Amino acid sequence: MADVVVEQGRLARAASPRKRASLRHAMGRKSTVAFFLTLPLILLIALLVLYPAFYSVYLATLNKAMTKFVGLSNFTFLFKRETFWMVVRQSCIFAITAVVFKALIGFIVAHFVHNIPGKKQRKWRGMLLVPWVIPPAMSTLAWLWLFDPSYSAFNYTLSFFGIGPIPWLGDTFWARFSVILVNVWYGAPFFLIMYLAALKSVPDQLYEAAAIDGANWWQKIWHITLPMMRNIIAITTLFSLIVTFANFDIVRILTSGGPLDRTHLFATWAFQVGIQSSDIPLGACVSLFMVPILAVAAVFILRDVNKRGNEA
Amino acid sequence: MSRKTLTRRQFVAATAMSSAALITAPYVRGAYAAGKLSIGFWDHWVPGANDASTALVKEWGEKEKVEVSIDYITSNNKKIELTAAAEAQAKSGHDILQMPSWWPHAYSENLEPLNDVMEPLIKQNGEVNDTVKYLGRSGGKWLAVPATPGSQIKGPCSRIDLMKKHAGIDVQEMYPAGGPPKADNWTMETFLKAAEACHKAGFPFGIGLGETTDSVDTAGAIFQSFGAELVNAKGDITVKTDAVRQALEFYKKLIAVLPTDAPSWDDASNNKWLISGRGAMILNPPSAWAVAKRDAPQVAEQCWTHGFPSGPKGRFAPFLPYFWGVWAFGKNKEAAKSLLVHLSSPAAIEKFVAASGGYDLPAYANMTKFKTWAEEGPPKGTLFHYPDPYKQQTMSIAASPAPPKIAQQIYFQATLTKMALRFAQGEKLETALAWAEGECEGFMRT
Repeated sequence: MADVVVEQGRLARAASPRKRASLRHAMGRKSTVAFFLTLPLILLIALLVLYPAFYSVYLATLNKAMTKFVGLSNFTFLFKRETFWMVVRQSCIFAITAVVFKALIGFIVAHFVHNIPGKKQRKWRGMLLVPWVIPPAMSTLAWLWLFDPSYSAFNYTLSFFGIGPIPWLGDTFWARFSVILVNVWYGAPFFLIMYLAALKSVPDQLYEAAAIDGANWWQKIWHITLPMMRNIIAITTLFSLIVTFANFDIVRILTSGGPLDRTHLFATWAFQVGIQSSDIPLGACVSLFMVPILAVAAVFILRDVNKRGNEA
Repeated sequence: MSRKTLTRRQFVAATAMSSAALITAPYVRGAYAAGKLSIGFWDHWVPGANDASTALVKEWGEKEKVEVSIDYITSNNKKIELTAAAEAQAKSGHDILQMPSWWPHAYSENLEPLNDVMEPLIKQNGEVNDTVKYLGRSGGKWLAVPATPGSQIKGPCSRIDLMKKHAGIDVQEMYPAGGPPKADNWTMETFLKAAEACHKAGFPFGIGLGETTDSVDTAGAIFQSFGAELVNAKGDITVKTDAVRQALEFYKKLIAVLPTDAPSWDDASNNKWLISGRGAMILNPPSAWAVAKRDAPQVAEQCWTHGFPSGPKGRFAPFLPYFWGVWAFGKNKEAAKSLLVHLSSPAAIEKFVAASGGYDLPAYANMTKFKTWAEEGPPKGTLFHYPDPYKQQTMSIAASPAPPKIAQQIYFQATLTKMALRFAQGEKLETALAWAEGECEGFMRT
């Protein structure tokens, strides 16, 4: 027995400097340093994102009085509600339409800006970014005044052409149109700046070679610009889709979800159900329902990006 | 080194003395000897109205030796509701929190019973109306104390000139300042005819059909005047009744003569409508008139606040009380109760009413004839009938008498206005009823 103890002691003494050396080695590794440098951010995300996310999952499994565990019955309850399916449909219409228009406008305007020479381009870039840098709660209030049916600039201007007054926020169609319009106005500059950066990274030689081959502008866009921008388009679309799906402020300020709930999105309806109607578990359920929809979109888009990355 | 031994007897005596000292310590009079109290009050929109609350609290704090801190929380964007939800979740926060109408029931499990405060207050200030009992009491237990600041009636505020000219109604004669109303003919039928006439003349009544409280409160009072309930007091769904059908038929005629964008109105829209001079009437507390005094004095001097029209089942006025609740997890509940008694004294209530220019309404029967309402103007006496001094109206809240936790859903999902709007926009009556019935079934969730 004594031999073994001595042996163990010797072994332990021998291992200690090696351990210290490996610790020093580990600390010296770039990845370890990087990990420690990002640790504050990881902790912050865990505190402000992961904890609320898991807490909302927990809340979604409680009954209305939050006194007992009910499993998934809040979700099954939601599936039977007509308004819930209307909100799902509207959120999809809102997010897809807005993202398509933002991407389209961003793409077109990015081309215009790309073709503006030197100093002037900087000015235009700054000006076009204004909608994106103004806090949306403030700019949406300005839009609310613009949509006022009686006193707004829109209806006043339209009256000169014998049109209107248009009930911008009072009619189902116009209300949906208005909230999408404001979202596009707010979000298009983000696409513009991303696309502009992508455009700048496309080598000019490709266009020159295409011009020599006699390609017209459309062929240049289709065969050079778009393939070169595919990844950035995919990532931007995914990012915008997530943000647009989760939009709250624009709808809340402009219509509060009305008329007749026809502009409610997940976030606004979750607020109405959870906070205003004091049904926090059901509100948590509504907001959590965004997760699977966005997860599916994220998987498809990111898989595509990865595939292309590997091909490259 | 000598060591002193402690006998069992000495130990017991020392422990008893220390405990007694610890227990009595807070009651030793010194600056803030009675501890701290944290309060969350609604941030009043009337400039200077918060000063009355601050002064009353300070006065009480100095007398009771309590260190008091006040947060004024805006009701914009549901900040108070969010605060209440967060504090109830965290079981921590203010000792007293002012909360809107439905919140005492929503957080009944987290609120300290206040029977020992309310019963003497009712003896002192007079009975409270049934809506306050409905919203503030549960199973004989007072959940909160009705707060004067913020409590309001959303009755008609009419343009004297336009109503006289286009509808042939003299609102000042019907509701004379200083005297009882002569409003026997002020019925839903007369109201509708007046709305049609004013619409024809280009001055439609400004009544919202949106999902915010002003729209819902109006719908509530109109439905109740027809005896229409979506869910009764027992919790049974009563959507498909003749009373509801009658109320919807009335609403359809009314919607036809309201502004086209009324479905998107929020609580500010009707105020703007009146102040801009485009409407002959809105259903609102005198806030719109108060803003008009500043921004459009020519409109303000033509405004007259008065009672609601009566329907087949009576004359109902939308009453929206605020409450002061004391969290059960609060740290200084006795001090909180003492402060609420102070804030509910007749002198304090009169100060609140004066500071708000007559906007704030006490819930107590003996508190409806302060001089502020008689003297405010222009025109003088415009607010005389605002607190319903002759008790001609039944104070009500939309969706009552359904059990409050169900009624809160009906109220905030705006089921009444949505149902009326669906029917008015061409949906069949029975389809609109079936939709509302389905919604109410969903609200039964416990």
